[in-house]
Amino acid sequence: MSIDESTAARVAKLARIKVAPEQLPALAAEFNTILGFIEQLGEVDVEGVEPMTSVTPQRLKRRADVVTDGSQQPAVLANAPDAREGFFAVPKVVE
Amino acid sequence: MTDLNKLGLAEARDALRAGDVTSVELTEACLTAIDGAGALNAFVHHTPEIATAQAKAADARIKAGDAPAMCGLPIGIKDLFCTKGVPSQAGSRILEGFLPEYESTVSGNLLEAGAVMLGKLNMDEFAMGSSNETSVYGNAVNPWRRGNDETPLTPGGSSGGSASAVAADLCLAATGTDTGGSIRQPAALTGITGIKPTYGRCSRWGIVAFASSLDQAGPMTKSVRDAAIMLEAMCSHDPKDSTSADLPVPNFEAMLTGDISGKKIGIPAEYRMEGMPDEIETLWSQGREMLADAGAKIVDISLPQTKYALPAYNEIAPAEASSNLARYDGVRYGHRARLDQGDGITEMYEKTRAEGFGDEVKRRVMIGTYVLSAGFYDAYYNRARKVRTLIKKDFEDVFAQGIDAILTPATPSAAFGLGEASDDPVQMYLNDVFTVTVNMAGLPGIAVPAGLDAQGLPLGLQLIGRPWEEGDLLNTAYALEARAGFVAKPAKWW
Repeated sequence: MSIDESTAARVAKLARIKVAPEQLPALAAEFNTILGFIEQLGEVDVEGVEPMTSVTPQRLKRRADVVTDGSQQPAVLANAPDAREGFFAVPKVVE
Repeated sequence: MTDLNKLGLAEARDALRAGDVTSVELTEACLTAIDGAGALNAFVHHTPEIATAQAKAADARIKAGDAPAMCGLPIGIKDLFCTKGVPSQAGSRILEGFLPEYESTVSGNLLEAGAVMLGKLNMDEFAMGSSNETSVYGNAVNPWRRGNDETPLTPGGSSGGSASAVAADLCLAATGTDTGGSIRQPAALTGITGIKPTYGRCSRWGIVAFASSLDQAGPMTKSVRDAAIMLEAMCSHDPKDSTSADLPVPNFEAMLTGDISGKKIGIPAEYRMEGMPDEIETLWSQGREMLADAGAKIVDISLPQTKYALPAYNEIAPAEASSNLARYDGVRYGHRARLDQGDGITEMYEKTRAEGFGDEVKRRVMIGTYVLSAGFYDAYYNRARKVRTLIKKDFEDVFAQGIDAILTPATPSAAFGLGEASDDPVQMYLNDVFTVTVNMAGLPGIAVPAGLDAQGLPLGLQLIGRPWEEGDLLNTAYALEARAGFVAKPAKWW
């Protein structure tokens, strides 16, 4: 499996990280180094093995379906890069 | 008393309770040491006002006869922990200016137990690194040097600032977090003790997430006894972390008897790596002798999947990171890129994340995105999760054979020079080769300083315990510590 520049560009797009076109060859090369390292997992016989979902055999706890928190608008917005009139503000999403 | 910053937690606690010293005096000694240690770049956010106020409050509590476990003891907190009203950046530019409105459960537990917070400690960005070289704050520096050679060395990572600060006596102890070795590897490279408890012992709530199925907090301290004291204060069941264990937290310190006679210590054949320096091999065999001398039975064991732990980790951790770090979008907190005319929300995300994340974080987020993407999920991510099941089974099998703990080297080398290993990401990942299996299996692991190499740098041994048996593990480490007799300290140059 080898990653070319167009795959690297697609991955960057999926990850929502802007990568300049001139950086793509180096990025693709790095991906290939890391994936080459990962590829040795192909040697392992995993026939019939369950993929791990939880490292400790514990059942996730349930809690009562009630409101336990809220009414903290100023705290929620306190770190927003742009908050207006009690909302998060973002660039126009719909034309 | 002089040099109060050089005390460990247990000594300082006993001195506080005996009335020989005050928390304000201890705290001032640490703040002075921190002020003089800018060259180590360990503390990156200083909170002297908070520390002094907490120290005064602690002194009042002690006077009133209400002195919980950590009362009056000055510590450093890794920058990964959200601390209310105090910068918590995870070593990243993308969280510049972020002031949490809440306190992480673990740091909250410590503060409730009376601890004094001196400030926030340097780390690899989002805990992704093994040398503290990916930090937005610049490198943390190891207080140890190779003899008279002035080459700056790494304190390890990702908890590099914590390791450097404790080794240099800037604080009595520090918090760390460990996803693939980030407590144990830096502890080993700086000659201190660090324990990662069983997955679920410490709440992850309020700790900036890297790889949620692997992340655990733990203490980094000057002795095994100190680790026992601080770990107990950090652990709790927390309804805000659904994976936190609803189990009683034992009094770990009370379990330090030093008696390990009859315990079975496993020596895994697969940890004898090709190209491993002789000094590591020698240290490991000395460790075996020390534990045998303490009455333990040394047993050769096999953990056949060991070599696959690192590649599997390098899929699972980035996959989880790519999901966890999706939250950094420039909307709710942290950095937002300046936008150009006509830029929409997608450009905002892409520019914000390109500016806010460093190279290693971008690399791991994109690798994670790739292994989770349509068409590759099964071949990559699911296969890695199946391998993880097998890695855990290796440990279950040896524990079923009656093994109580496993002894391994902590790191494949002593501290290396800053910049010496950062060119090749895969080479850097190999630093975690002995520690990462423990995270993959969710087990407790502890690094104990055990000797010096020919250049005078500290080397550590790792003990791996059964799940939830940190008390027993700490006791084995205590017996090892007593026989290793490691007392060396770095010569002050900073």
